[in-house]
Amino acid sequence: MLMWVGILLSLRQELMVTIIIFLLLFAKVGATEYKTGVVLNWVNVLLLVNFALGFFPLSDATLFSGMFHTNRLIVLEKNMLNLGTLIISLQAYDWLKSHRQVPEFYMLLLATLVGFFFMISAGNLLMFYLGLELSTIPLAALSSFDLEKRRSSESAMKFILSSAFSSALLLFGISLLYGATGTLGFDAIASRLDGSAFQLFAFILILSGFAFKVSAVPFHLWTADVYEGSPVAVTAYLSVVSKGAVFFVFVQVLYTVFKPLAGNWYRILILLSVLSMVVGNLFALRQDSLKRLLAFSSIAQSGFILAGITGSSRAGEASVIYFILVYIFSNLGAFGVVSLISAKTGREGINDYKGLYATNPWLSWIMAISLFSLAGIPPTAGFFGKLFLLMSGAGKGNYVFIGIAALNMVVSLYYYLRVIKAIFMDSQPQPIGRLKIALLPNIAFLVCLAGVVLTGFLGWIYDYIYSLSIGF
Amino acid sequence: MNLSLLVLMPLITAVAVLFCSRLNGIRWVSLAGATVQLLLSFGLLALYWRERAAGNGAAMLFEYRHAWFPSLNIWYHVGVDGISVAMILLTAFVMEAAILVSWKVESMSKEFFVLLLLLSAGGYGFFLSLDLFTLFFFLEVSVIPKFLLIGIWGSGRKEYSAMKLALMLMSGSALVFIGLLGLYYNTGGAGGPHTFDWLAIAQMHLPLEVQREFFPFLFVGFGIFTALFPFHTWVPDGHSSAPTAASMFLAGISMKLGGYGCLRVAVFLMPDAAKEYSPVIILLATIAIVYGAFATMMQKDLKYINAYSSISHCGFILLGIGMLTGTAITGAVIQMISHGLMTALFFATIGMIYDRTHTRLVERLGGLLKIMPFISTVFVIAGLCSLGLPGLSGFVAEITVFMGSWQRTGEMYRLATILACASIVITAVYILRATGQTIMGPVKDLRYNGLTDATWNEQLAGILLGVGIFAIGVAPFWLSELLAPGVSAIMDHAGKAFTVGKAIIIK
Repeated sequence: MLMWVGILLSLRQELMVTIIIFLLLFAKVGATEYKTGVVLNWVNVLLLVNFALGFFPLSDATLFSGMFHTNRLIVLEKNMLNLGTLIISLQAYDWLKSHRQVPEFYMLLLATLVGFFFMISAGNLLMFYLGLELSTIPLAALSSFDLEKRRSSESAMKFILSSAFSSALLLFGISLLYGATGTLGFDAIASRLDGSAFQLFAFILILSGFAFKVSAVPFHLWTADVYEGSPVAVTAYLSVVSKGAVFFVFVQVLYTVFKPLAGNWYRILILLSVLSMVVGNLFALRQDSLKRLLAFSSIAQSGFILAGITGSSRAGEASVIYFILVYIFSNLGAFGVVSLISAKTGREGINDYKGLYATNPWLSWIMAISLFSLAGIPPTAGFFGKLFLLMSGAGKGNYVFIGIAALNMVVSLYYYLRVIKAIFMDSQPQPIGRLKIALLPNIAFLVCLAGVVLTGFLGWIYDYIYSLSIGF
Repeated sequence: MNLSLLVLMPLITAVAVLFCSRLNGIRWVSLAGATVQLLLSFGLLALYWRERAAGNGAAMLFEYRHAWFPSLNIWYHVGVDGISVAMILLTAFVMEAAILVSWKVESMSKEFFVLLLLLSAGGYGFFLSLDLFTLFFFLEVSVIPKFLLIGIWGSGRKEYSAMKLALMLMSGSALVFIGLLGLYYNTGGAGGPHTFDWLAIAQMHLPLEVQREFFPFLFVGFGIFTALFPFHTWVPDGHSSAPTAASMFLAGISMKLGGYGCLRVAVFLMPDAAKEYSPVIILLATIAIVYGAFATMMQKDLKYINAYSSISHCGFILLGIGMLTGTAITGAVIQMISHGLMTALFFATIGMIYDRTHTRLVERLGGLLKIMPFISTVFVIAGLCSLGLPGLSGFVAEITVFMGSWQRTGEMYRLATILACASIVITAVYILRATGQTIMGPVKDLRYNGLTDATWNEQLAGILLGVGIFAIGVAPFWLSELLAPGVSAIMDHAGKAFTVGKAIIIK
């Protein structure tokens, strides 16, 4: 009995989300009619409860003979993802309210979340793969959730094909690794890696799979189209929660399982990082659609995160997790505005935002502050996030690499400022009218804003993450 | 004295402004905040003198440390010596005047004043910082307000200028950041924690290879802020397109952030590299001085005249720093303050003239002395200060730089000094021509006849900055004495690296 309680408590976040999924299922198939607004509110409240649950840290645990493990860092990471999902759910309020299939949307969304939770907690490559697929397939369905739009289905198609490809790479790599080491458990693999060519081949395949998921160049080609075609809420989810989850696992796997191969992946990561930053930024310069701009900017941000990972010190992991926390706030702030305006007016181009400040000062400031945070300008938290990534990357003494990264910050500033210029300085004949913002999206905006402004000044947040991090 | 108050005061004022609904409230609250800040700065000066008089010989006074990111050994660490006190006083003067001349800003005035106050908070914080991370934070804070101030309230090609300025200054920051990381990872030696602490790094005496590698990053990075040739191109566009108050702050304070950073971070922490690179610095500074002066001669727009002459004048700052003698460095710091006051006054009067005549072209102006005597007088004072008339601050600054430069022996240094001196003649030409054409002679345009002279707030701003200029020009000893300990600390730290020379103090 006691053992069961222990298991349930260790799985509390996964269980909570699963319960929400089942409740939604009952609501959907149940005889009684449901109101969309009520469903929305209940899901948000339950996600909030789950978020609160994550603040009661329990002792570390390893379950199911090493398949699943949890510790304070993992609980924190899950909580961050949960927070991101909650913010997205709040921001999508207007879009969902008019949508016919709200329960299905949440079922799919939360299924991906559970998948990510299991993936982060994985102690075994099988479990990891299971979690990843549990999240990928619903994500494809989600990206076609603008049911009437052709672009949405197109993006779903692209997503499922590229995901299938990356999963195949990953699976091939996993099977080869199994052949090379005779095990799938993380701890056992680490002790049996010796850097032979065969193992390296397997590792490269796995790495490519990861690179696909975090849309690092040259594995980024699906990103912009999928981001553009999907509903904004799903785009936000893809770029923040999905990417964050994969990065959490990526760091863990690199720093623990593939630690013996550190000499090999260090250079590969630098290459991927530089390519992602440069290509992402250069493509972002020319975009006219805000969603595509944010898509390429998120590719560039992946490059910065990879730069932080190359540090492979405790500061490396801490800076990655800290940056993702900041990234959740800043990117969701920006996407929230896009989502709201897109839901109410259907306009998504940078030119549509001209003169926005005159009619919607509050939204404009949220957008501006979020973009400044993405660009890494103080006093926003993005400044600290980016700087810590680069600091950790510089720890190995590779200043040329960090110099390229720092100059990329300058390039990225240009396109973020372009948007801000359109909002504050330009005008157009038909500006977006004054929009009424409902309570829930406003709460989400406040959370994002508070996160963007305060996270940097509260140094203990970084310190807490640092105290949980590992490195070598 | 709690130095953080100096950073908090503008922020508190900005928050208070946010809650004001009427235009007058916004103005008066901002003015009150800036005035309190000015009083605080004077208070700081008095307290600083009292401490020094009481024999407190510490390098930095009123230090305050607070752990910000303990795991990375990043601290919020502030403290002042004479140089920072002088810079803070300058900032307070310029801010007070900037708020006074912004009285007329009526479109989106709340945003304007809030951004201006945020901009000043960055300046104060920068001059106070003793932790290099804190310093970098405050250096970068100004990007948002600068971009928005120029882009929204500017004139001419404002979007282009705002973008250019933001990107070029950001590149400067990127270089500074690489330099700072280089310093950080080369501290701590045998496994000890790395540090950003300015005082701690100063005591370490970094190895020569490290200095050689990272000095250019820091010097050029900060140099971009202070119009180091060939990275000066943001200056004319940025300053000319900015609204008056932002021009005043940009030229008066923001450019000084660079000079201060070059001196306090690059040269102070890496004296051996500074010695090695000093010919390059001097070469670039001399080019900036001469080129800036000649470029100014060709300008027709008053704001462009002042912007290009700023390049030339900031060249003196870099020249003084690059000469590495105690006197020259003192001169460079005096030049920072003098130029800060002078250029702010210049931009303020140009703004006043433009508000009335709606043109800044020299050829369209004329005879303003008859119509607006106060503005014209102040305009001439600023001009005379710029060309270095004895009795005004510009003279003190330039003569100190030149005397200090002469102490550095060697043909190249002599030649640079002579060229820099000669540029004063060119300065005289363009200043006298511009002032002569705009304020003397017959009134060019009859429509100007009905124009009014300065209002009370504009008069106050002019008097405030004018008093500063005279105070340094007539009685420079108080400033030199204020700066002396800071400068001698730099010289002592450099040890044998710098030519010492006899310290000349202009009294």
